Amino acid sequence: MESDVRLMDPAQAHGIMVESVVATSPGHSDMTINMGPQHPSTHGVLRVVLDLEGENIVNSTVHIGYLHRGIEKLAESRTYTQIIPLTDRTDYTAAMTGNQGLVVAVERLMELEVPPRGRYVRTMVAELQRLASHLIWLGTHAMDIGAMSVFLYCFREREMVLDFFEELSGARLTYSYYRVGGVMGDASPDLLKRVYDFTDYFTDRLAENEALLTDNDLWLVRTQGVGVISAKDAVAVGLTGPSLRGSGVAYDIRKAEPYDAYADMEFDIPTRESGDVFGRYMVRIEEMKQSVRIIRQCIERMPDGPVSVEDPRVTPPRREVAMTHMESMINHFMWNIHSFAAPKGEVYSAIEAPKGELGYYIVSDGGNHPYRLRIRPPSFCNLQALSQMVKGHMIADVVAIIGSIDIVLGEVDR
Amino acid sequence: MGLAPDDLLNRLAGQFPDAVLERAVARGDATALIDPARLLEVAAFCRDDPALQFDHLSDIAAVDWPQRADRFDLAYHLYSIPLNHRLRVKLHLPEGQAVETVTGVWPAADWLEREVWDLMGVSFAHHPDLRRIMMWDDYPFHPLRKEFPTEGEPDQPEDYHVVFPPGVRAHG
Repeated sequence: MESDVRLMDPAQAHGIMVESVVATSPGHSDMTINMGPQHPSTHGVLRVVLDLEGENIVNSTVHIGYLHRGIEKLAESRTYTQIIPLTDRTDYTAAMTGNQGLVVAVERLMELEVPPRGRYVRTMVAELQRLASHLIWLGTHAMDIGAMSVFLYCFREREMVLDFFEELSGARLTYSYYRVGGVMGDASPDLLKRVYDFTDYFTDRLAENEALLTDNDLWLVRTQGVGVISAKDAVAVGLTGPSLRGSGVAYDIRKAEPYDAYADMEFDIPTRESGDVFGRYMVRIEEMKQSVRIIRQCIERMPDGPVSVEDPRVTPPRREVAMTHMESMINHFMWNIHSFAAPKGEVYSAIEAPKGELGYYIVSDGGNHPYRLRIRPPSFCNLQALSQMVKGHMIADVVAIIGSIDIVLGEVDR
Repeated sequence: MGLAPDDLLNRLAGQFPDAVLERAVARGDATALIDPARLLEVAAFCRDDPALQFDHLSDIAAVDWPQRADRFDLAYHLYSIPLNHRLRVKLHLPEGQAVETVTGVWPAADWLEREVWDLMGVSFAHHPDLRRIMMWDDYPFHPLRKEFPTEGEPDQPEDYHVVFPPGVRAHG
């Protein structure tokens, strides 16, 4: 049968996937190479156009926006509770902290106080999320550079964290577990015990992964002295999170402006002075050990009591009251139709997400949905430093540097 | 240690008595509304003053108020890493008026300003590379403006009305 569909030569198709030469241009650059948006080492749909001189990069242009879904626009027509699932889909490797950033901001806007147990559960879950996020980063970063086994080990441990989250929220990746004023449901004593056991197990496994990389000569050659950015430049270009701390600036919002239960926790802020790929790697490894400390403290000191506020402004009437009292039933209906309104005003609230400063700027006109919701995504601002970091390095270093910034394109593009 | 919100605003208003138009402290956030024409001076002072040291530009956000004469709000969220305090510098802009870029003060403003331009259509004068960042280059709208429908506006109508050949169905 005659078909007018022309199949691409497989070899040719493969060549396009790996890298495609866009143009050769005269001048100081010999060649321009397009990398992405469909490229396995860009961690999503990132496109970088590299101007080369031989194999060295003289200039690079970053193109983003391939995953832009207009989340800030969508939020303007949704109630505050309905925005929580949207925040799952910004940084989808750390949906819990996406939720947390939003609810902390709304609580500041409404001046709500979360009960102690709620704050501790949130802090524990956020730190578990930091482990899961850093495990994805470690696995993919190592695989980009060529260490395949680390990838498999990291995903094995991450899956255990995801099982805890599934038990808490019912979902594997898009949790929507945090609520304005608390969390969706309590963590059972049995779960807390298993999380505590996991921290012991995880500490051993992390040491194994470190043995595969930190003492590995090949790893050191590929990461040390690559993608160096000075502390001054890192601050100026807006780096935050582990990428900034890898340049020796000890800025961590959990310490600087504590939210949830971080004020009660003892932990250190790991930093490295080198500012290279290896420095950022070491900061995240050390950070995972600090997260383990925080998780253990949360479980050891877990207070009793409710996990969410009992505040008529944000809490729907309890079911037994709603089914027996007329007014409560009306309230129950109204709450489910209109949700709650936030007072008029504006607030900017930032939390320390696994990737850096995650800020939410909410402008409220007094209605039940924000007039404007601005998300300050850490990946977006960190990615800006890429061009500066890759300059003068080779093509193979670009994937190492992208991995070391730890971006998620869902958050870059929103 | 950092300054309290009121002290921050006093410091800024003391230096620029005529440029700081309004000041507010709400929920622990300090907000200074400034004259857009004086933005660069205020920004440089915020960064360099030893009592302020706002070395980190967290965010630039634009808010659209279509019924107001000065239609747009720009909110610059500043943070000082050494001193640990925050300040929101706001300004009102009418439609079509560009504001001076702050990329010279904080290089981090580059992409933030491009995003404001792309999605809200507020232009920045002397920006080194003011191109769209989320939408494609010849996209005709600024989607975060209030008049833009959430469902989207077809920019090339034929793209949105796919005509299938006979016998081919869109689903299943």
